[in-house]
Amino acid sequence: MEFLQPATWAEALEAKAAHPDAVPIAGGTDVMVGINFGHLRPALLLDLTRVDDLREWTTGAGAVRLGAGVSYARVITELGDRLPGLAMAARTIGSPQIRNRGTVGGNLATASPAGDAHPALLAADAVVEVASVRGSRRIPVTDFYTGVKRTAMDADELIAAVHVTPPSGPQQYSKIGTRNAMVIAVAAFGLALHPDRRTVGAAIGSAAPTPRRAPAAEEFLAGELDALWESRAELPTEVARRFGELVAAASSPIDDVRGTAAYRRHALSVMARRALTWAWTDYRNDAKGA
Amino acid sequence: MRLTCTVNGTEQEVDDVWEGESLLYVLRERMGLPGSKNACEQGECGSCTVYLDGLPVCACLVAAGQAEGRQVGTVEGLADADALHPVQQAFVDAGAVQCGFCTPGLLVATHDLITRTGRPSDAETREALAGNLCRCTGYEKILDAVRLAADRMGGDR
Repeated sequence: MEFLQPATWAEALEAKAAHPDAVPIAGGTDVMVGINFGHLRPALLLDLTRVDDLREWTTGAGAVRLGAGVSYARVITELGDRLPGLAMAARTIGSPQIRNRGTVGGNLATASPAGDAHPALLAADAVVEVASVRGSRRIPVTDFYTGVKRTAMDADELIAAVHVTPPSGPQQYSKIGTRNAMVIAVAAFGLALHPDRRTVGAAIGSAAPTPRRAPAAEEFLAGELDALWESRAELPTEVARRFGELVAAASSPIDDVRGTAAYRRHALSVMARRALTWAWTDYRNDAKGA
Repeated sequence: MRLTCTVNGTEQEVDDVWEGESLLYVLRERMGLPGSKNACEQGECGSCTVYLDGLPVCACLVAAGQAEGRQVGTVEGLADADALHPVQQAFVDAGAVQCGFCTPGLLVATHDLITRTGRPSDAETREALAGNLCRCTGYEKILDAVRLAADRMGGDR
């Protein structure tokens, strides 16, 4: 095995171009498990932890540009106010030790259907910035996941950053597993209310071959909220219940060691209903505070 | 490959490190520091918790080369020459050590917690130690040890 440690982003892209089969490693929370258990024997490990640019986040043009190497711990402490949905997802990840190492870029690159950041990124309409020696391009996160642990990236590309716009309304995140810490999600749900555009983002994790949005649920809810954004009136119970059903219907879960498909569907309907109730309550309370 | 890093304040250099090796393996098998324990090798149990540039991490998930030039702190670095660190002494006095396998990781995680927060609430402690599993299930005594250590270290908030 070879170990390459580029010091700059340009060197990292050159290395990936020269060795398209190189496995990038940042926090190591996925890659090292694979190596420790003998499931992964890359010819070349490409360590990205020396590329300082990747560990920075900046704001500009409305969106936060979150470098691919920013740890979950930093998302929580530094961006909890700007990116609440992603920070909520980050709080559910692993343990303090894992959050100190794991990165949002790594979560995207691994593209596990159970990755915790995905539903939050999908609900917030995040955009992934990937780059190669050929140049850089932006991929809406909705188009990023192409299959189980497969992405829209080419072999010579690396993830530079993810762009996430701070919300105009409340965001929520919900994850279910056997305990609160250190679990792979049995199912997860991310919600973003966008009162500025009068739309809704709703996305599921661990309940389909890829993380995915729930478009029918989003359209239904946006239609129902059309009459409520202004008045901030109470949300009819029936609307929350129907929203939960539509979110569950957007999934295509499997039975596996963590849970059955039927359980996942039920859990999603409950999490979506509750998340919406919490978010709408926040939205109504915001008006009282303003 | 050769790896050079600072461990518990002393520069260490080891040769013939395999590129896929973990920092945990390097510490235990090449540097003679077996305090950090090898249990799950997948970041689930926290037995291998060490400081890497001041942050608690699972050493089993750090590729050896990623530690090049970095500062590593292990459980062996907590005590000074003549006495246990107050966190270690509190674990002994509170009866928080049963089989002892999880203890080194819990000591480092607790050291970090008290250093950061002074006197953590029970909720903070549970959250901070959520990544450290005790298969003897001695968690109540471990919580006692954390409170005792925080008291003795005189933290306040």
